[in-house]
Amino acid sequence: MTGRPINNRAWLFVLPVLAFVLFSSIIPVMTVVNYSIQDTMGVNNFFWNGDAWFRDLLNPTTAIGERFNDALFRTLAFSLVCLLIEVPLGIAIALCIPRRGWLVGLTLVVMALPMLIPWNVVGTIWQIFTRADIGLFGAALTGLGLHYNVTQDSISAWITIVVIDVWHWTPLVILLSYAGLRAIPDAFYQAAQIDGASRWAIFFNIELPKLQKVLVIAVLLRFMQTFMIYTEPFVVTGGGPGSATTFLSIDLVKIALGQVDLGNAAAMSLVYYLITLTVCWVFFTIMTQLERRRDA
Amino acid sequence: MARITLDGIAHAYGGKPQSEQDYALKPLHHVWEQGMAYALLGPSGCGKTTLLNIISGLVIPSEGRLLFDDKDVTHLPTKERNIAQVFQFPVIYDTMTVAENLAFPLKNRRLPRAAIERRVAEIAAMLDLKGVLDRRARGLTADAKQKISLGRGLVRSDVSAVLFDEPLTVIDPALKWELRSKLKAVHRALDLLMIYVTHDQIEALTFADQVVVMNEGKAVQIGTPDDLFERPEHTFVGYFIGSPGMNLMAGKVSGSRALVDGAELQLGAVYPEPPKGQRVQIGVRPDYTELSSTAGVPVQVRRVADLGRKRLAYVTLGGQQIVATIPPEMSSIGDQAKVVFDPAHTHVYVDDIRVTGAAA
Amino acid sequence: MRQGALPKIILAAYLVVLMLPIYWLINLSLRTNSDIMSGMALWPHNPTLEKYFQIFKDPTWVHGFGVSLTYVAINTVISVTVALPAAYAFNRYAFIGDRHLFFWLLTNLMAPTAVFAMPFFNLYYALGLFDTVWAVALAHCLFNIPLAVWILEGFVGGVPREIDETAAIDGYSFPRFFIRIFLPLIANGIGVTAFFCFMFSWVEQLLATTLTATNALPFAAVMTRSYSVSGMDWSLLAAAGVLTMVPGAVVIWFVRNHIAKGFALGRV
Repeated sequence: MTGRPINNRAWLFVLPVLAFVLFSSIIPVMTVVNYSIQDTMGVNNFFWNGDAWFRDLLNPTTAIGERFNDALFRTLAFSLVCLLIEVPLGIAIALCIPRRGWLVGLTLVVMALPMLIPWNVVGTIWQIFTRADIGLFGAALTGLGLHYNVTQDSISAWITIVVIDVWHWTPLVILLSYAGLRAIPDAFYQAAQIDGASRWAIFFNIELPKLQKVLVIAVLLRFMQTFMIYTEPFVVTGGGPGSATTFLSIDLVKIALGQVDLGNAAAMSLVYYLITLTVCWVFFTIMTQLERRRDA
Repeated sequence: MARITLDGIAHAYGGKPQSEQDYALKPLHHVWEQGMAYALLGPSGCGKTTLLNIISGLVIPSEGRLLFDDKDVTHLPTKERNIAQVFQFPVIYDTMTVAENLAFPLKNRRLPRAAIERRVAEIAAMLDLKGVLDRRARGLTADAKQKISLGRGLVRSDVSAVLFDEPLTVIDPALKWELRSKLKAVHRALDLLMIYVTHDQIEALTFADQVVVMNEGKAVQIGTPDDLFERPEHTFVGYFIGSPGMNLMAGKVSGSRALVDGAELQLGAVYPEPPKGQRVQIGVRPDYTELSSTAGVPVQVRRVADLGRKRLAYVTLGGQQIVATIPPEMSSIGDQAKVVFDPAHTHVYVDDIRVTGAAA
Repeated sequence: MRQGALPKIILAAYLVVLMLPIYWLINLSLRTNSDIMSGMALWPHNPTLEKYFQIFKDPTWVHGFGVSLTYVAINTVISVTVALPAAYAFNRYAFIGDRHLFFWLLTNLMAPTAVFAMPFFNLYYALGLFDTVWAVALAHCLFNIPLAVWILEGFVGGVPREIDETAAIDGYSFPRFFIRIFLPLIANGIGVTAFFCFMFSWVEQLLATTLTATNALPFAAVMTRSYSVSGMDWSLLAAAGVLTMVPGAVVIWFVRNHIAKGFALGRV
C-alpha cells in the first residue's frame, strides 16, 4: 500500500461501506456498552452501575465470574486442540494434491462441500451420524465396545465436537495451503532435485518457509472460528452434558437471550469482543512484519 | 565425464507425435565436449529449454538416447547425473545463510563437515562471496543470489557440466557484464562443460566457444561465432545473428552471377543451376554491403541511421529493401546512391539452405 | 513433486472419509422412518423419494427455502455493490485513517456473532424489520462487507494503475471508466467475492434464526422446528438437510474452473 496519491475524496468511495458498518457494528456495540455499565429495575428504568458488571465477571469467585472463566477456558482449550489437529492435517493433505491434472478440480470441489452446508445442518448431520441406533459412526464405535454416548458422556461429547470441527473446517486449511504450495515455482523443486534433497528437506527448506504467510492467515481464521463456535455444538449437544461443551458463545446467548440478563451479557460480550480484537491485532501485526521482512 | 552425446534425441510433449509439428525438439545428433562452453541460441519456443531439461534430467525425451561418456543416462534420475543447473531467477533457500546454501548439496550427500567447509570456502572465494558467507541469503541482491545458485552447482566436485537457463534475465544491465565475465573466469578455472541457453545473441556470441542456433525445435546450425557470422548455413541464422541481420534478396543464379531485380551481382564462386520451383535467395550481411557514390548497383535511399560507431543506410534495390553500411569517408547522401556487395561474402540460399559453389 | 501412489491413496481415503457423513444423510433421506428405526443399512434397499415430495408440497418448507435464497441474494448484491468503490479507494488512494479503517473492517470480519445477537435483536425490532428477509440480509453485512472489501482490494491491486491513467488521458469520466473498463477487468474477482458472500451468508444460522420468527424463517430453521409429536422425523430431517446442500453444490460446480484457475495464479 505505497506510492498512492493522497486523495481525501476517497472518503466518498468508502462512505457506503462506512455507513453500513456503522449501522451493523458501531451502533449495536454502543448498545452493548450502554447495557454493560447500567443496571435495570424493570422496563426503561436504568441506573448507573459503573464497572460492577465487569468486576463480577472477571472475578473467578463470583458465580458469574466462575461461569465465565470456565467457558473461556473451555473455549481456548477447544481452539487449541482443533488447531493442533487441523493445521498439520491440512498441510499434509494439501501436499497430496497433485499440481496439475483433472483430479485437482474434482478434489477442490469435493473438499469445499462441507464448508457450504448451513451450520445447523452440519450439526444435524452429526447428530444423526453419532447416534448408536441410526448413525454409522455411533454404531461403529459402540459396536467396537467403546463407551460412546454423546448426550451423557462428557468425553464423548468433546471428542465428537472436535471431530465435527475437524471434518467441517480442515478443507479450509487444505485449500489455503494448496494455494500457497501452487504459488511455488517449479524451478525450486527442480533445483532441489539437482541438489539431492530428500522429501523432508524439501518440505522444511522450501515449502514450509513459503507457506508462512498462508499459514498465519489459516491459523487466524481457524482460531477465530473455533473461538466463536456456536451452532454446531448447540445442535449436537446443546452445550451439555451439563456444561461440558458450553463454549463462550453458547453461554453468552443463554445469558443474553435466554435469561435476558442484560448487564452480565453485555459485560461478557465486551470482554469477549475485546479478546477477539486483541488476537486480530496481534495477527495483523505479525502479517505486516512478515510482509516487511519479505520485501527487504 | 568427458563428453555428452545426443543420439537422435527428440521430444514431443504428450508422447505420440503425428507429424513434424508435434515435436518440441526435432531429432538431434550432437556431441558436447568437456571443457567447452556452448550456447543454445534461439527465439522463445525454439526448444532450447526442452533440450536443456533433457540433459539435466528434468524431462525424459520421447525418442533417442543421451550418453554421458559411454553410459546411457536417458532415464537416469537427475540426482544421479553429475550436472548443475542455474535457472532464470535465483533459486536459493530462504531460511539459510549463504554458507548453508552452498553446503546444502554436500550435506545431502553426507560429506564430512571439514570437507564441506573447505569446499564452501573455495567456491565462495572463486565467486567473491566470502564477505557474505554468514548473511541470510534472502536479503541479498539478485546477482549475488544467482552467484549463490551457481555456487551450489559448483560445490560438488563431481560436477562436470553446468547448464544455464537464461540466468541473466533478472540481473541489472549494469551488472550483467560483470556476471558474464565471472562465468567465463569460472569456466576457465574449472575446465567444465558449460551449456548456456539464451535468446540474446550478444550473450551467446561473447560467452560460447560454439553456438547452437535453434529455431522451431531444430538445431539449424552449430558453429563458432565466427562461422555463424561469416557462413550462415541457414537463412534463419543469417537473419537472427548480427544486428541488423543479413540482407536476403530474391533472385536468380546462373554460374558466377546473380540477378536481383534486374541488377547483376558478382558471386564468389560458380553455382550449379538450382532446380526449378525452389526459392533462391542471395544473402549478404550489411557489413559487406557498402554504400558507394561511384560504382555498384543503383538503389534508392529511404533513410539513414547514425549509430555512433557505424552508419547504416536503409535502401531499396528494385523492389527489395536492404541495409547497407555507409563508409566513413562518405559525408553527404542523397536520394539515389549505389551499393557494392563483397563477392567473397555473398551467399546463395536455395530453400533457406546455403549452397556451396565450386571455386571460380 | 508428488511422486508415487501413496499421496494419491491418502488423498482418496481422506475424500472418502469426508463424504461419509454426507453420504449417510443421503442414505437416510431415501429411506422411510420405520425402515430407519428397524435397523442399520449401508445403503437404502428400497429407496424412496417420498420425503422429498413431502417437503416440496409443504408451503412452510418451500417458503423457508425461498426466504433463505432471498436474503442471501440481497446480502450478496449489497455487499459486492458497496464494497466495490471502497476496495478501489483502499487500493488506489491514500487518505486520512485508511490503514485504521481497513483494520477495523477486518475485525468486523472476525466479530463474534453471539455478541451481536442481542443488540441486533433490539435494533431490528426497533426498526420494525424483525422477522423480515431484510433484517437477516443487513445483519449479515456485518461480516460480508468487510470480506468483500478484503477480497476485492486484492483483485483491484492486480489491475495496473496505468490503465486508470490511460483512461483519464483518453477523456473517460470516472463513472464511465469504472463501469465500462475497470469492472470487466476484475470480473473474476467479483465472481470470487460473490461466491464467498453467498457462502458465508448461506451457512450463518445464529443471526438468521435470532432475527426471524415465522414469516422469514430460513429453511434451516424450519428444519430444527419440525420435530413431530411422535418423535424425530429422521428421514424428513435428512431430506431437508440434503436440500440445503444443493445450492452450495450448484454454485461451486459453476465456479469450479475459476477456483482452479485462481489457485494456478497463486492468488490467495
